[in-house]
Amino acid sequence: MGESIVRLEKVRKTFPLPEGGTVTALGNINLDVARNEFLTLLGPSGCGKTTLLHSISGFVQLNSGCVYVDGEDVTDRPPHRRPVNTVFQNYALFPHMTVGNNVGYALDIAGARRAERNTQVGAALDMVGLGGLEKRLPRQLSGGQQQRVALARAIIARPKLLLLDEPLSALDRNLRQSMQIELKTLQAELGISFIFVTHDQEEALTMSNRVAVLEGGKIQQIDAPLAIYNKPSNEFVASFIGASNLFRGTIENGTVTTDDGDKIRTSASTGTGPITALLRPEQFSIANGGEIAAETGRLDVSIRQIVFSGAGYEIHGRTDNHHDVVASIAATHQALVAGAEASRKATLTYDPAAVHLIATEGARS
Amino acid sequence: MSGLTRRGRARAQLGILLGPVSLFLSIFLAGPLIIMMIYSFLAPGLYGGVEWTFYPHNFGRILGFADPEFEIYDPVYISIFFRSLRIAVTTVLITLLICYPAAFQISRLSDRWKAFALFLITLPFFASLIVRLFIWILILKKTGFINTALESLGWIDHPLEMIYTDGAVILGMVYIFIPFMFLPVYASVEKLDWTLVRASQDLGANGFQTFWRVIFPLTLPGVAGGSIIVFIPALGNFVVPAVLGGAKSLMLGNLIEQQFLAARNWPFGAALSMLVMAIVLILLFIYIHHETRRDDDAPAAG
Repeated sequence: MGESIVRLEKVRKTFPLPEGGTVTALGNINLDVARNEFLTLLGPSGCGKTTLLHSISGFVQLNSGCVYVDGEDVTDRPPHRRPVNTVFQNYALFPHMTVGNNVGYALDIAGARRAERNTQVGAALDMVGLGGLEKRLPRQLSGGQQQRVALARAIIARPKLLLLDEPLSALDRNLRQSMQIELKTLQAELGISFIFVTHDQEEALTMSNRVAVLEGGKIQQIDAPLAIYNKPSNEFVASFIGASNLFRGTIENGTVTTDDGDKIRTSASTGTGPITALLRPEQFSIANGGEIAAETGRLDVSIRQIVFSGAGYEIHGRTDNHHDVVASIAATHQALVAGAEASRKATLTYDPAAVHLIATEGARS
Repeated sequence: MSGLTRRGRARAQLGILLGPVSLFLSIFLAGPLIIMMIYSFLAPGLYGGVEWTFYPHNFGRILGFADPEFEIYDPVYISIFFRSLRIAVTTVLITLLICYPAAFQISRLSDRWKAFALFLITLPFFASLIVRLFIWILILKKTGFINTALESLGWIDHPLEMIYTDGAVILGMVYIFIPFMFLPVYASVEKLDWTLVRASQDLGANGFQTFWRVIFPLTLPGVAGGSIIVFIPALGNFVVPAVLGGAKSLMLGNLIEQQFLAARNWPFGAALSMLVMAIVLILLFIYIHHETRRDDDAPAAG
């Protein structure tokens, strides 16, 4: 337990529904967050990620289970007695207080000395790039600046853990991307763990050491971003993160034959039975009409739509067996893409070793 | 169309909309006010009416420099003045103590119950004020509801002196003014952003600290608004003390009414009215000054 800064044990939370009955927001969740880790809770809205965050900050009462912060059981402690701070989704800055008083709030509550408090407020504001704005009121600041004030306010008391509840969702795209990098840098500088909630998969992959994908009050997979992307443990994770081509069928002799009749070659040498094969769009190449090596996988598709996305082309095709396929082709293959567009047909190739196999869940679907 | 004519047209439209009400107010509010102001500096006529000479002693009778020829200074007026202030302030405090927690409770109800609670708050407006006050006589008088009940229970031997006291006046005032306090307080409580309360707790503040540093300052505009809306009519109220206060519990409103109707000393009544208005205006000025400064502090982000 010394290793983890937060430990959740069999945490369970249900909410009553207005029309009667209950909905399970968190079903027996176990989670360990390491020191200095940047963990992202990712999931669609209503998946329980915010409830999970609130169970750590203390804003929800658990039905059962325990929450440990830095080895201490805080399950029954009210929010103000937990050594964690939160950056709220809409910033939640106190509108009647100056930026300085907002940032210094935790110190004022703790009864810090005036001089030391002012020094720390200045340092925290410098850290987020807002030095000298102590006297402003929150409404005099732009959205991005308010976001930084909220951040400075949450880190000033040096919590053991910072919780961030979709803090970037209200910012525009460019600002959001620069804030992502800044947050990551800040986390490294502060040396504290961040738990970051988002529904934006790109954000999750960019920022995190590990990503926990939540759905239906359960952690579907918790892993490094690369593993989440390349080796999703189930179909939900595969389709929620990035674009995916899923081929459900049965495997025999290393080839997956889908229910429609398409054949996907894999590098698996053993195993039979129902399985789902995953191919990411960028794992496809477009054949140049020459000889295709025997060990390379191929998929003949008719073209439905070709979209130019800046970095490359997205080919939306359909196999002869009516299975829709998306392939990303680099812009350097412009000539081949043009040819495919003219003939309305293309041959997509892939490396069988890149095909990821997911156990088909009988319960799902 | 050029900007100037557009602005000119907008101004004309504004004039048409605001014209009638401005005219009405200038004739029927400013007119009598000016008359009162002038009267308060005129000498009272021997048989009513006024003599057109400058006579500052109307204010002197209240404040301590009475006309040496006719009167000696009587501190009864200034004591009525202070009693009225005390009763008005007490009324404000009690209505606030009742309405503030109630506003929080009601704001947490579901929409349907909320609407019902607000309906209940405004329900008293549907019955006549006088009727509602006379019912309090039936409740409070010596042979009234409370005394009869307590006597029949054997808890008291003699009827309690409840009616015709300052306490009865305050009770009546609180009863009348609760809706006036409740509505502005409720409006600001309803607007309160509860994530700010969470943020405060998250930053280590306990319930009391959160209330004092976040909840109270953010609902202060409603508290100040409600207090002013209750204080002003409470200070000059004469119906409640007339019905529940009896002869011993005179308030400024009764005194002014007496001067105009019974004593027929219009200049003195006018002087008393001017003093009441001065207090009210000073308080309003402080309030408005405070409010506008709050806005000036925060020009919109550039």
